[in-house]
Amino acid sequence: MSLFSIFKRKTSSQIAKDRLKILLISDRVNCSPEMMELIKNDIAQVISKYMQIDASSMEVQIAKTGTSARNGKKTPVLYANIPILDLRS
Amino acid sequence: MSEVIVVTSGKGGVGKTTTSANVGTGLAELGKSVVLIDADIGLRNLDVVMGLENRIVYNLVDVIEGNCRLKQALIKDKRHAGLFLMPAAQTRDKNCITPGQMVKLIDSLREQFDYIILDCPAGIEQGFQNAIAGADHAIVVTTPEVSAIRDADRIIGLLEANEIKKVDLVLNRLRQDLIRRGEMMTVDDVLDILGLPLLGVVPDDENVVIATNQGEPLVGKNSDAGQAFFNICKRLEGKEVPFKDFGKNVTIWTRFSGLFRRNLQEERA
Repeated sequence: MSLFSIFKRKTSSQIAKDRLKILLISDRVNCSPEMMELIKNDIAQVISKYMQIDASSMEVQIAKTGTSARNGKKTPVLYANIPILDLRS
Repeated sequence: MSEVIVVTSGKGGVGKTTTSANVGTGLAELGKSVVLIDADIGLRNLDVVMGLENRIVYNLVDVIEGNCRLKQALIKDKRHAGLFLMPAAQTRDKNCITPGQMVKLIDSLREQFDYIILDCPAGIEQGFQNAIAGADHAIVVTTPEVSAIRDADRIIGLLEANEIKKVDLVLNRLRQDLIRRGEMMTVDDVLDILGLPLLGVVPDDENVVIATNQGEPLVGKNSDAGQAFFNICKRLEGKEVPFKDFGKNVTIWTRFSGLFRRNLQEERA
């Protein structure tokens, strides 16, 4: 283990907190994993029209946003991480 | 006017029954008249935790079905004059009563007691609906674990949907040693996630096991958990009791500086 990784290592409590934050948001908006999968497939299809993406390692999740929306409440955001293989279609 | 408090958690085994028993006993110690209702029909346990299992003749279902008078199902506590237990039926199931019947039962107890405390069963089905039906105030008990917090969050949503306005959090079974090492979520972490007002923090304490073995709630006794439960009772009574510090997540840096300080002290000695 390098010195760098010692400093970077997350404690298990931090991991628990991070996991819960993401988990609870999807629990709260009542969005089923099946629906997330459908959304993910649709997004992949649309983007694929314009560029070549790696659909198998693409991530879609609902997360809390840092910016506050109306009446000061934080709104959940749909977060997508789509690796691009080639920009030219 | 009496206050009806439901003690709930979603997940089983986080300390609902222990909290109910200790909060009820503590409030009685503060001079209040209290009735503890075991709403866990089919899996009653509040009677054994209170040490009153040998005195049960009638139960909650008997009262609702009219097999006995209300008073006959109220068991007087061994030590506290103002404390009563209404046990659940053991040989029936949660579907044998309705939320409406529960509300009626609670209303008939309101006149006689300052506090009516309901020990809710685990889960979110009929038993949960029965237990929360007549409640003014909910205490959500959780432990600093992923599964318990997830279930607590679900319960909080259901309590809001059922228009229970006052919902407080009791964080149970905290371990200071794990928190210091960064291997357990801190009180602030849990509050940040669940966003509820904090009513109490109860450390993990072997005395709870001993007290349960003996059937005597440890509230107010000379133990960490006993004091923590007593503080919860005082807060329910509107007193300001400061929260004990249960440790912060120690970062690499503070750990290093702590080592350094220790070395210096050793050198001086």
